Amino acid sequence: MAVLVIADHDNASLKDSTNKTITAALALSGDVDVLVAGKDAKAAADAAAKVAGVRKVLLAESDELGQGLAEAVEATVVPLMGGYDAVLTPATSQGKNFSPRIAAKLDVAQISEIVEVVSNDTFVRPIYAGNALETVQSSDGKKVITVRATAFKAAGEGGSASVETVPAGAVSAKVKFVDQQLVKSARPELAGAKIVVSGGRAMGSAEEFQKVIEPLADKLGAAVGASRAAVDAGYAPNDYQVGQTGKVVAPELYIAVGISGAIQHLAGMKDSKVIVAINKDGDAPIFQVADFGLVADYKTAVPELMDALTAAGK
Amino acid sequence: MKVLVPVKRVIDSNVKARVKSDQSGVDLANVKMSINPFCEIAVEEAVRLKEKGTASEVVVVSIGPAQAQETLRQALAMGADRAVLIQTDQDLEPLEVAKVLKAAIAEENPNVVIMGKQAIDGDNNATGQMLAAILDWPQATFASAIELSADTAKVTREVDGGLQTIEVGLPAIITADLRLNEPRYASLPNIMKAKKKPLDVKEAASLGVDLKPHLKVLKVAEPAKRSAGIKVETAGDLVANLKTAGVL
Repeated sequence: MAVLVIADHDNASLKDSTNKTITAALALSGDVDVLVAGKDAKAAADAAAKVAGVRKVLLAESDELGQGLAEAVEATVVPLMGGYDAVLTPATSQGKNFSPRIAAKLDVAQISEIVEVVSNDTFVRPIYAGNALETVQSSDGKKVITVRATAFKAAGEGGSASVETVPAGAVSAKVKFVDQQLVKSARPELAGAKIVVSGGRAMGSAEEFQKVIEPLADKLGAAVGASRAAVDAGYAPNDYQVGQTGKVVAPELYIAVGISGAIQHLAGMKDSKVIVAINKDGDAPIFQVADFGLVADYKTAVPELMDALTAAGK
Repeated sequence: MKVLVPVKRVIDSNVKARVKSDQSGVDLANVKMSINPFCEIAVEEAVRLKEKGTASEVVVVSIGPAQAQETLRQALAMGADRAVLIQTDQDLEPLEVAKVLKAAIAEENPNVVIMGKQAIDGDNNATGQMLAAILDWPQATFASAIELSADTAKVTREVDGGLQTIEVGLPAIITADLRLNEPRYASLPNIMKAKKKPLDVKEAASLGVDLKPHLKVLKVAEPAKRSAGIKVETAGDLVANLKTAGVL
């Protein structure tokens, strides 16, 4: 059985979610190849070749792949699937965009967001916002799988695979990239960060969110997250949303500030190692999952926390 | 322009799902069911297009048990014109839902399909993309803004790292993300009016689509519970505890 992993990358480097997906793939088979589909993505392909356990790296490049168009990725991958029994993709918004297309073109089910490989054909995946874990057995000849990266350890370095070029798939003229507005940040990436500081609706404004959450995050070298309520209200960009339909994170430390803890938010962070909740409402559901709860108004608690961190040498 | 909106009946988003003790699934008996929140956003968007004069007709389609008629009536009360229930008691997988929708689309010939990006029960986030693939229509997923013209749609999408804008030729599949709009509450007069709007029912089995599942559910288990920890009195105590826990 040979398995293809579709890399998550920014052309220059590989995202951590790719290394984690490679670990999931290695649980299925010893023959794991990685496809790097992008534009000027040789550096990312070289990085993939160094990951331990990778047999071969395939590099496909075109403008449309660089723009991340789902049709382009699908048209690149489907012709390769003659040589593979499974294809695994990190369940990022990009992966979720193209992976179901690959499944449909192969006329097989997609097994979405697996958190465990039980055997070659059996997987565990969260449903109902993570309130249930479903074990499913696939009867399809080829498996199309998206992987919840936070559930797997990252494969390390130590490989020396070859890099081979494969043709980029063509896209119909009916889809055109117009532009993108990406949030630039020097902070660690939310999905892979060791510490995450998230703010909720209690912030009351974008200015307050920036004034309270961001300095605390920067003091801890943390990524910034937000609840859906904060994003909906425009206090934080959509990319910050942690939850059932936003990003799923599992850092060492998750600090929730002014977040009540709706089911949908908990779905995105309850696998964090240590959870801290700061909320003035002592009955907020977030305290039911928090290891350490501080019942206090964030307006006084966060500055005090900043001072306590300084005193502790942070 | 005709807009088709598929809608799904799911557990209400404010209800916490409970796993059955025999691990055969999630207990939905006597649980409040509603229109899937993302489908609701899609219906709202279609109705707004009609109110702006861009759309001429909004047709909502649901695939599910007889009770899904309530879900369709909910969409009709929001302002959709007509509903179709493709009835089945089988819990279909996304690929089969896409195939059934393809059959419905062949009959209805919409110019655009707007649907939720994800159902909050299966959490697959797959049906729209699969439908686009099997129809060979362009897709614009995770939409936070839609600008429709006669033959194209300019769609702003929520992606990793921010926003992306793409333009797709119609007909196309657009899937709705949370920020696309805030759905209205149906007014009582509109709920009454919705009872008289046309709702056709047909059997899923009559469409000639292979509905066989690809995945066998072996068990549905409850995830490991997280227990509440301790309350600390001050920020200083918090930092001390975090140091002891080894996360600072």
